[in-house]
Amino acid sequence: MSQSYGIAVAAPHTTTSNNPGRIMTLVMLALAPATLYGFWLYGWPAFFLWAITIAAAMSGEAFSLRWQNRSAAPVLQDGSAILTGWLLAVSLPPWAPWWIGVFGGLFATMLGKQAFGGLGQNLFNPAMVARVALLISFPVQMTAWVAPAPMFSAGAPGMLEGLLIVLKGVPHSFDAVTSATMLGFGKTELSRGINLLESLPHAPALSFIGNRPGSLGETAALLILAGGVAMMFLRIITWHIPLSMLAGIAIPAAILHAVDPSRYLDMGAHILSGGAMLGAFFIATDYVTSPNSPRGQLIFGFGCGALTYVIRTWAGYPEGVAFAVLLMNSMTPIIDTYFKPRIYGRDSKGKPLQTTN
Amino acid sequence: MGFLDRFLKTPSWGVHPEDHKRPAADVALRIFPTPERIFMPLNQHVGGMARPIVMVGQKVLKGQLIAEAQGNISAPIHASASGTISAIGEVTAPHPSGLPFKAITIDSDGADRWIDTDPLVDPFSAAPEEITKRTAAAGVVGLGGATFPAAPKFALGKRLKVKTLIVNGGECEPYLSSDDRVMRDFPEMVIDGARLVMHAIGATEALVGIEDNKPEAIAAMRKAAAAFPEVKIRPLPALYPMGSDRQLIKVLTGIEVPSDARAAETGVLVHNVSTCAAVHKAIRLGQPLVERIITINGGAIANPGNLFAPLGTMIGDLFAFVGLKEAPSRLILGGPMMGTPLLHDRIPIVKGASGILAFNAVEAHVPDAGPCIRCGSCTKACPMGLLPLEMAARIKVGDLEGAEAYALQDCISCGCCAYVCPSHIPLVQYFSHAKGELTAAERTKLRTDATKRLAEAKAARIERENREKAEAAARRKAEREAAKAAAATPATTEKQGVSA
Repeated sequence: MSQSYGIAVAAPHTTTSNNPGRIMTLVMLALAPATLYGFWLYGWPAFFLWAITIAAAMSGEAFSLRWQNRSAAPVLQDGSAILTGWLLAVSLPPWAPWWIGVFGGLFATMLGKQAFGGLGQNLFNPAMVARVALLISFPVQMTAWVAPAPMFSAGAPGMLEGLLIVLKGVPHSFDAVTSATMLGFGKTELSRGINLLESLPHAPALSFIGNRPGSLGETAALLILAGGVAMMFLRIITWHIPLSMLAGIAIPAAILHAVDPSRYLDMGAHILSGGAMLGAFFIATDYVTSPNSPRGQLIFGFGCGALTYVIRTWAGYPEGVAFAVLLMNSMTPIIDTYFKPRIYGRDSKGKPLQTTN
Repeated sequence: MGFLDRFLKTPSWGVHPEDHKRPAADVALRIFPTPERIFMPLNQHVGGMARPIVMVGQKVLKGQLIAEAQGNISAPIHASASGTISAIGEVTAPHPSGLPFKAITIDSDGADRWIDTDPLVDPFSAAPEEITKRTAAAGVVGLGGATFPAAPKFALGKRLKVKTLIVNGGECEPYLSSDDRVMRDFPEMVIDGARLVMHAIGATEALVGIEDNKPEAIAAMRKAAAAFPEVKIRPLPALYPMGSDRQLIKVLTGIEVPSDARAAETGVLVHNVSTCAAVHKAIRLGQPLVERIITINGGAIANPGNLFAPLGTMIGDLFAFVGLKEAPSRLILGGPMMGTPLLHDRIPIVKGASGILAFNAVEAHVPDAGPCIRCGSCTKACPMGLLPLEMAARIKVGDLEGAEAYALQDCISCGCCAYVCPSHIPLVQYFSHAKGELTAAERTKLRTDATKRLAEAKAARIERENREKAEAAARRKAEREAAKAAAATPATTEKQGVSA
């Protein structure tokens, strides 16, 4: 019996069942509880904005691929465009108009990702690129937060009403609900010369269960944390970036708050506000744009955290996670170059170890 | 406690592929009857090809020397069946290229008559060199797959005063169970072989590392080693590539072999369990290496298990013995992580063949490669601490020197990175390609350098010759002038003398 077995392929002849689609799906599942809670908290407009943003991100990816004469369906199936849209959506004001979602979604996948060559090639986190572009271009819409109006509660918009809010803007009857986030409020008051000790009692309440103005991914800090821990157990992410990023925010916050509580917000406010939790667990941990070695990840995470604190405290914007992550993204190649893991049989500089015998 | 123990002792590298060892490992060893025709390749080891010393038509006995070692690193080949030499020609090599290589064909007479053997009666009172000499004469090579001749390794261990012999019973490759079977069925042979190797190299202890997914082998080996306190059985966590020598040394002794050194230089030497059993047979029974235990496994095999078969048996004959459920979609010599793909089954088994796998379509399916998402799974899995994704990114754009700067040459091709890659990028393929290109470039450079040196030497020589010619000419000219002057001067002197 003699039979040919086709072409010779290189070892290994077996492979993992893992694939990018599975990873993206698990990340989305980890993000789902916080998102669903956000839908309930901010009502139908939030849901429609989320759906529009994801659809735009997918369209942007599909359009870019078709433009390169590549078929879009297999690439879209890896789920990365959906995840990008999703991450962008949960960082937006929940009642933002539809074109914010469309512009952001298209910007994220077309200019943030496909312009660099697609999945794995982009230097910057696409969702954060889009968020920053939106924030700079449309500062009014991007800082108009609504107080929670839980779905089905009295005064909350119904499904059709919610769709109209997203498509045609917030009608006058709802105007009263827009307010600032805690970080924004504190910053504005400080700029008017009112210190935090006087202004904070009037600030929007900070709450673990998220009953406050903010984006979808911002308010449900506990659910974000739970999603992050789940991802660690599933070995999708490691603890290095989230922990070091939160430490990068918490340590300066704790020190400066102790020095001058009238000028600096406390640690809890910083950790639970804005995109800190979402950023630490879901944004900064993006594989493509973060370093690979554990030491590099610690430096990257701490840098994201510290820059976030600096921007929040001394720069012009009340929130800084997106800027901080983008700045550290640009550092990733340098960190990867200087912080490589030690090679077996070599010292940390790459020189062979000395023979002991 | 157990959890903490596991957490602290399990190395951070490696992968856990599904092992697929059972049920094949649990099936009792079957003896494969000598086939009608045997094809003994002359190159079943690392190093120089053996030189045939028999002629077509000559009758040989089982165990008779048919090709002698050539060069320092080489091994002799013995007949694995009694019969008649029918040809000395070419067969397909067990290599992905499918190129032919030389082999001696023996038509078996079916009697399996052994040559008269000459066992060493009391090996432990014999000189260590005697063990090494006999191991070399028996053609014993590393049976774990590397097939490096055993005897030069003994000599090296002796010269470098190795204290610890590590006996590799890791067998971390999925599907394979030939080492497992050796340890279960012949533990005394393995332990005695290990003690003989210790004697040959002058080691004072032997550590036998066995992965904890082989509890029967651990129990059998413990029982066999009970009388010898210097031989210690060490269960290891089942983790691929635990059987790789550098990783095994680190786990068992804590010694990290420097990247530019051989293991022996750090005082340890690694030998496979099957190699130890072969040493036992060579010394105690006087039998050369002509048979081995080989695992036949994979989804296409009807009755997978281990066979005790003569070397030189065609893979197709082994398949006929165990039966095929379906036409295999892929044939592999060795394990699935590092094994060699074979193009067809008319290929003889060699000394280093620990297993033949016949995969069905499901097992053979490899998903298409996608883009790297920089997830870092490969860097976590790499047992050498390399950055496969960075090396692959550079190789992909042809920057081989860039990849080399990431210590590409330290890669042991274990396949962990390519195994865990969620995008199924054939990383090992990239690295093998780059290593080959770099070696070729290095060779070309050496050749160019040598040519350049010769050309420069020639230019220098021509210049020197021209200079010498010119100098000689100048000298001759000066001499002529001097002679002319001298011819003229005496006259003057004479004149002066005369005038004086």
